[in-house]
Amino acid sequence: MAHLSAVLATTHHPFYLKATTAPPEERMPQADEWKAKVEAYRETLTAAEPELLVMVGSDHFHQFFADNYPTFLIGKQPRYDATFYNEEREFGIPKYLLEGHEDLSGFMFQGLLDRGFDFSISHELKIDHSIICPIITTRPAADLPIVPIYTNIFAPPLPSPKRFWDLGRAIREIIDEYPSDSRIAAVGSGHLSLELGGPRQFGETGPDPAFDRAAIDWLASGDIEAILANVTHESMAGVGNATHGFLDLILMMGIAGPIEADYVDELDLFHTREMYMTWYPNGDPR
Amino acid sequence: MSRYYVNKFLFQVDGDPELLAAYKADPAALMDRWERDYGTRLGTNHTIERTTWLSFTDQERQALLEHDYVTLFELGVHFFLCLTIFIAIYDDEYRERSGPLSFQREYAAKLSHWAGKDYPTVAL
Repeated sequence: MAHLSAVLATTHHPFYLKATTAPPEERMPQADEWKAKVEAYRETLTAAEPELLVMVGSDHFHQFFADNYPTFLIGKQPRYDATFYNEEREFGIPKYLLEGHEDLSGFMFQGLLDRGFDFSISHELKIDHSIICPIITTRPAADLPIVPIYTNIFAPPLPSPKRFWDLGRAIREIIDEYPSDSRIAAVGSGHLSLELGGPRQFGETGPDPAFDRAAIDWLASGDIEAILANVTHESMAGVGNATHGFLDLILMMGIAGPIEADYVDELDLFHTREMYMTWYPNGDPR
Repeated sequence: MSRYYVNKFLFQVDGDPELLAAYKADPAALMDRWERDYGTRLGTNHTIERTTWLSFTDQERQALLEHDYVTLFELGVHFFLCLTIFIAIYDDEYRERSGPLSFQREYAAKLSHWAGKDYPTVAL
């Protein structure tokens, strides 16, 4: 059976690459600290020696729109193009061509259907920054095949926080049952408190540092009870209109299980708090 | 009100550099062109099958004509589409004149009367 070698849950900040490669005169003061933290985080994936990546993200109205927006979707393709025109334009993220892993995609899709998660499936999926940002930060060589899973954290109404947790648990079971000796890592991205296009956007900190503190502590201690007791769609909206990306971090903890994280780091940036978390459910390889 | 249709406009125009440049240069001409062609394309870009019944309200059309993101926010237009397209249109000139993030901070300030309140829903 496959070996789940690491689970990573991270915020995705689309300006990381631009901020850390800008010429010195345009470099933001935190760029070096940011780069150092990301590179330290990257080591937690490298140490797990993954051979393929199950990636969790969400399309930000790049390929999918409200005429047909999937609640949960998996890609099953030999390759994936990545980065849309407007992401290159706004964030300076380059285009990529990632290898896929059709066999695990198919096994995952069937396993999800068997467990009551009626996924959509795409055979022509293009990946957006929710997956490319963590590739850039945690595996910049972009040299591993991926199985992309998209969730709707973006176009409400959304599934419940409990559903995201349960989906993570199901993905974990399917990885554990996958008949292969591969080393698989799961890497997913989301947000802490975040505001976009509202009165609290681009402040000196994220819109709600108190929520960010609690959220990191809940995830780091594997405290799903506290998350389900405290996190609702309304409570997330109350701390920032784009905070629903936190649902994908709950999903990632679902893959790891209700256990303590093995690596936790964070960084306060100018308008968000970044979080870098890793679990080693089958033992710390470091 | 058709928030869906406004979102469709922003989605299509933001994703096409030629439409985006036209929306920046002459919003009225672009909107006229969009409503006659792109807006009726089934889904986001089907050129054969058409949707016959979608349209803007006068208020929506006026807000799009004037790049009026405050009204669009208040109508419940999706925050990400709205922010992204107006960053594309205004960020360079604001940064040149007033420094990084000056457009984004003005955008927030113009919405400050919503701080502490429940925002208009973007749910469809």
